[in-house]
Amino acid sequence: MSEADALLVDATTRIFQDLCDPQTVNAATDAAWKAPLWQALEESGLTLAWVPEEQGGAGASLADGFAIAGVSGRFAVPLPLGETLLAGWLLGVAGLDSPTGAMTVAPSRPRDRLTLTSEGTLQGRALGIPFAGSVETIVALASQDGANHVVHIAAKDCVIQSAPGLSGDGRDAVTFDGVVPLAIAPLPDGLGENCLSLMGAAVRAAQIGGALQEILTMASEYAQERVAFEKPIAKFQAVQHNLARLAGETAAAVAAASSAADTIHTIQGLGDAAFFEVAAAKIRAGEAAGEGAAIAHQVYGAIGFTEEHILHRFTQRLWAWRDDFGNESEWAVQLGEFVADGGADELWPLLASR
Amino acid sequence: MSQAIQFDPIRLPPEAEELRIEVRAFLAEELANGGFDPRSTILTSAFDKEFSKRVGAKGWIGMTWPKKYGGQERSFLERYVVTEEFRVANAPTAAHFTADRQSGPVLLKYAPEHIKQEVLPAITRGECTFCIGMSEPNSGSDLFAASTRATPTEGGYLINGTKLWTSNAHQSDFMIGLFRTSPPTKENRRHGLTQFLVRLKQPGITINPVRNMAHKHEFNEVVFEDLFIPEDHILGEVDGAWKQATSELAYERSGPERFLETYYVLTELVRVLGDKPDPRAAEGIGRLVAQVHTLRRMSVSVNGMLQAGKEPVLEGSIVKDVGTIWEQTLPDKARSLSAFVDAEPSNRATFDEVLQYATTIAPKLTIQGGTTEVLRGIIARGLGLR
Repeated sequence: MSEADALLVDATTRIFQDLCDPQTVNAATDAAWKAPLWQALEESGLTLAWVPEEQGGAGASLADGFAIAGVSGRFAVPLPLGETLLAGWLLGVAGLDSPTGAMTVAPSRPRDRLTLTSEGTLQGRALGIPFAGSVETIVALASQDGANHVVHIAAKDCVIQSAPGLSGDGRDAVTFDGVVPLAIAPLPDGLGENCLSLMGAAVRAAQIGGALQEILTMASEYAQERVAFEKPIAKFQAVQHNLARLAGETAAAVAAASSAADTIHTIQGLGDAAFFEVAAAKIRAGEAAGEGAAIAHQVYGAIGFTEEHILHRFTQRLWAWRDDFGNESEWAVQLGEFVADGGADELWPLLASR
Repeated sequence: MSQAIQFDPIRLPPEAEELRIEVRAFLAEELANGGFDPRSTILTSAFDKEFSKRVGAKGWIGMTWPKKYGGQERSFLERYVVTEEFRVANAPTAAHFTADRQSGPVLLKYAPEHIKQEVLPAITRGECTFCIGMSEPNSGSDLFAASTRATPTEGGYLINGTKLWTSNAHQSDFMIGLFRTSPPTKENRRHGLTQFLVRLKQPGITINPVRNMAHKHEFNEVVFEDLFIPEDHILGEVDGAWKQATSELAYERSGPERFLETYYVLTELVRVLGDKPDPRAAEGIGRLVAQVHTLRRMSVSVNGMLQAGKEPVLEGSIVKDVGTIWEQTLPDKARSLSAFVDAEPSNRATFDEVLQYATTIAPKLTIQGGTTEVLRGIIARGLGLR
């Protein structure tokens, strides 16, 4: 991590420590904590980190945005920060200005497609859109005669069927039929239809890595405090080995996610190298999310299964993030087909090139 | 645990990638002129002294060591590239790899000058094979239970006892042996062991083969009967070998050989599944590729930390733990994914041959370099649990 990245991570961490402490949020009886948190994030430029300065954003690097996403995972942030980052990025690459306020992106599932009619209206329905019911703006990819466009949509213009999803943050069904976008711009050359799922998957992998880092720390501390059979459960080899496995899964998620983020940042494009790294990161981080959440719950026992305890804030988001922007199976089929198409003897050169 | 687990996305530097081109050219030439046969490296033996000499002539053994001892003073990341390319090509490196990876570095750190000058350049020329004298009949994972005795005598020590599971002892010139010079103390059960350089080709040493379940002779029993070792063959501190072991472990555990030993199964799996796999097969390949890519990125990251002078003991142990489990489960996953491949034997003969071999050797992958249980204990200590 560069020094500038480290400063940004520290600043982001401080905001979450002050305004998004998982314990406080979990115990809150109303949503009063949301407004000051969002305001602090906006004022420090984090929400529009990926929007160029001339379009009203912070103009931060791609690496910085992924670092912010990682920190948001460590606090299980229940606001659409990652989604707003992605929306701002998409508007920015298309040369459109970003509004203030919370945003989300569509589609977030690999098989959902939106189209733009010759009359300039949208057609299509997208499922599992994170936070769609609680944002002002939806930024979407829509195709017209084979060309891809970025469209800026007022969420209130869409028909939104709310569903809480695994995390309770909202994974909503959005019907776009007949909606007239507020702004339309073609996706620039060099970016394809898969650009949103690549960026989205890389953000989710970073968040998964962050959340796993946190539950590893939490569960390791808890195991040293919790006494059973007359000693801290950390002294039992079976518990130690479970936590060691959690460390391995955490390490894998963090390594894969940071490698994918580094690739997108360094290459500044979303071609084959980014596809390979992001696919691998979403697959491996998704696997780690499932394994890791299960181990953390095993360590905590019944207390971790209560609403009162904060563990679910992390584990339910880990489960939800696995599914956003392509789950492990969907990415693995794509990656497997890519590898098979290259042939057995090209696999090692491909791995070694990363 | 003081800080969150980090694996920075280290990339191999340009000089390492240039070296990769040279290494691939060398391997292609070797294959073209029959210098080695990958199939027989996998199935029969990875030990080939002549091949090791040709590798030595390229300057790729002991390549991180000082030039005055025959090294090239190149980086760990350059060595990494050589190791992974040789491993994936199934090149026969057994005659030099142990010396290159761990025995040479121990000598560099602890041997007296005249031994360094004698032995290290010979290793770099590929002329000198080492084995590791740690395990005994009653001391495997529990290294500090070693009981082979080194008793002081005029000018040196007399060695009596037995080492076991010593890979390639029958083809080695030297062993770095761990022998008991004092009993353990009440306060420290690790006290009392000393490392020695042992010249194997002399009386007082009997080497008996122990064939493994893949019908290969790699393991040996090495029996010492009043073997004399001169005092100047002590490596490091008398009674204090336990202090010398830990920092080497990260090197031993985080290398690409720790997850690429059965990599050929993946290559052959992709080959038998063909260029248009069904979704089940494609998903299986995709997951395996994502996993091995992640392991490699973790391993490169740890080697970057080593190059930067850090001691990533926790991270190195994690790579070995996750890597071993991957290697060990790979044959069974490949077996399942290939279940519907046309049963015409000729279509999958090569795949089946290496799959059977990898299935047979999978149990040993956890033993070398520390068992999964030992590694998880080390990781747990790193997490502050013990």
